Amino acid sequence: MTDRLEIRNLHVRVEEKEILKGLDLIVQKGEIHAIMGPNGSGKSTLAFALMGHPKYEVTEGEVLFKGENILELEPDERARLGLFLAFQYPYEIDGVPLSRFLLQAIKARRANGEKLPFGEFRKRLLENLKKLRLDESFATRYLNEGFSGGEKKRAEILQMLMLRPEIAILDETDSGLDIDSVKIVAEAVNALRGPDFGCLAITHYQRILNFLKPDYVHVMVDGRIVKSGGPELAHELEAQGYEPLLRELGIELEEGAQRPSKEEEKEGVA
Amino acid sequence: MAEVTHLGEKRYKGAAVVEEAKEQAVFERDYSKYDFKDPTDRYEYIGKPGLSREVIEEIAHIKGEPKWMLEFRLRAYEIFLKKPMPTWGADLSAINFDEIIYYARPTDREARSWDDVPDYIKRTFEKLGIPEAERKFLAGVGAQYDSEVVYHNVRKDLEKKGVVFLSMDEGLKEFPDLVKEYFGTVIPPEDNKFAALNSAVWSGGSFVYVPKGVHVEIPLQAYFRINAASMGQFERTLIIADEGSKVHYIEGCTAPVYSRESLHSAVVELIAKPGAHLRYTTLQNWSNDVYNLVTKRAVAYEEATVEWVDANIGSRVTMKYPSVYMIGRGAKADILSVAFAGKGQHQDTGAKLIHAAPYTTGTVTSKSVSKDGGRTSYRGWLKVAQGAHHAKATVLCDALLLDEHSRSDTYPYVEIDEDHVTVGHEATVGKVGEDQIFYLQSRGIPEAEALAMIVLGFMEPFTKTLPMEYAVEFNRLIQLEMEGSVG
Repeated sequence: MTDRLEIRNLHVRVEEKEILKGLDLIVQKGEIHAIMGPNGSGKSTLAFALMGHPKYEVTEGEVLFKGENILELEPDERARLGLFLAFQYPYEIDGVPLSRFLLQAIKARRANGEKLPFGEFRKRLLENLKKLRLDESFATRYLNEGFSGGEKKRAEILQMLMLRPEIAILDETDSGLDIDSVKIVAEAVNALRGPDFGCLAITHYQRILNFLKPDYVHVMVDGRIVKSGGPELAHELEAQGYEPLLRELGIELEEGAQRPSKEEEKEGVA
Repeated sequence: MAEVTHLGEKRYKGAAVVEEAKEQAVFERDYSKYDFKDPTDRYEYIGKPGLSREVIEEIAHIKGEPKWMLEFRLRAYEIFLKKPMPTWGADLSAINFDEIIYYARPTDREARSWDDVPDYIKRTFEKLGIPEAERKFLAGVGAQYDSEVVYHNVRKDLEKKGVVFLSMDEGLKEFPDLVKEYFGTVIPPEDNKFAALNSAVWSGGSFVYVPKGVHVEIPLQAYFRINAASMGQFERTLIIADEGSKVHYIEGCTAPVYSRESLHSAVVELIAKPGAHLRYTTLQNWSNDVYNLVTKRAVAYEEATVEWVDANIGSRVTMKYPSVYMIGRGAKADILSVAFAGKGQHQDTGAKLIHAAPYTTGTVTSKSVSKDGGRTSYRGWLKVAQGAHHAKATVLCDALLLDEHSRSDTYPYVEIDEDHVTVGHEATVGKVGEDQIFYLQSRGIPEAEALAMIVLGFMEPFTKTLPMEYAVEFNRLIQLEMEGSVG
């Protein structure tokens, strides 16, 4: 059972505030998991903590992947082990063309001397750009610089397709995308689907799940997973919101946390 | 709980992404590729340290120069003695003019074939990749070793078109009238103490003349190598791009590492006649004991374009402010200055734009990176003279600090004597964000590489002006500089 991502009792603090309060989750390769939850439930914190952002302090628990406690590893070591995070808000790296960045990231993974011929790299790059309906010239642009919200998300997925991770975490990759783009992104993820790929899709909306068809859906509230089920759970939430579920579990949330914020709504149509 | 403590430590280590680098700032600039010395016992002539009238007369005598040049030198020497050391800019107090060797002549002639260059010198330039670069992508090459140019060649097809690319010494012999007409007109010895010093003891450098309408499509290159300890290298370059011509000149420089100071003090004069396009690129990679005090100035006539592309990675101290005097209507100046200062280095660089005619356009882009206590300064002068209406000037300075010990300052001087002008000035100082590093690391790129990548991206506006081969070399140099910066 080493080919799985196993999160045990994970507690994470950000700037002295505890956000994750004992989270357990197992993602097997070959499975697609969706995590849904109201604002402020700690979904993005989970994503950053798994990838090892220095601001996210793990105070308790462990995360095993391929038999290693990856909390001991630097973010780049986690990536080379097969973990990937598609960022909700990818950073701009001025002056670094996307293609050069990809080439270097792939090279870094091949530390054992194995080489990727440039022709092969180029071929894969063109194929994947096509999959994401991106123009060839897109790869010559500086990383995320001047990209629209949608382009940034597609660039994240492009990186995922090029790096071929074993477990990918998608942090609200669907937010800010129009429905066609959501479809394109979901198709790209589905293309990787298979026994060698597992995915943890964090989302605020049900709609991407129509295309992604997760095997499991988890509801996260206040730093814990409060309910897990199959795809039907997502439909339930979409139809009724979080309120009935929260009431059932006896959880009270702060005002405004249960619905997408104004800003997110705006972003949703951008 | 032991485990929590452990994770806490781990977090601390991660959080300190950039900060940690400076804690272990035992910065060894990896300069091994350039750090090798040849013995000087086979030199044709090597001067004793110190400067005097006799030393200057000796240089002129060995070179067999015309009388006017010796007079020029001696006049410049008087000016040098009179001018005080600059009290602004970098700290020059460690320079001892009495300990510097002002003239060393490694060989008695300038070769036109690498086969005629003495073996040990040829090997040096082979290690630096010069003959190979010449075969692959250069229109002409000049190679200077201490005081003298030991090799010079230009492609035959360009020679037939009248393109002249010689050492300054050969230029003076073959084109005495042309040299006499222009030499020292753009930068007279009175300009500053180091221009005066160069004028007194100059040796080597390039003389380039591109005839009317001739376009030299691939670059000419000069390579400057200091070999002997305590050497002063004082090359003198004069480039004349005649009407409607086009040329790109590139210079590179390296030296072995000594614990004693060396001095490199060049003078470079550019003349861009009407409609000419002249680009001058410098890749300065001196060892960390070289004082690099260079005066570079261009004159641009009507509709002419001058581009200075100036990268300073090496040296202990650099003071250099390439300038363009736009004296013809519609002249353009584009100055791109890039500096990298590591431990113990001060790059005091910048640019000067002088708009002396209407409809002139000047752009300065300065990019500097400081790390491990290194210091960069941008020093600029922007002048729009009366009558230079519709002049347009833009100055952009971006500094990147890689740690708290490093420093960057901006000293922009602006003087505008005309109303109808457009002037923009923008300066930023940034730090590498922890988030950016995390983002790159999340793709499997180790921290040190991620940092180098961000720095290279920052320098990209410069790199993309370089021929591909140089861009690769430049990126490699920066990567070497960044190695060991994150532990």
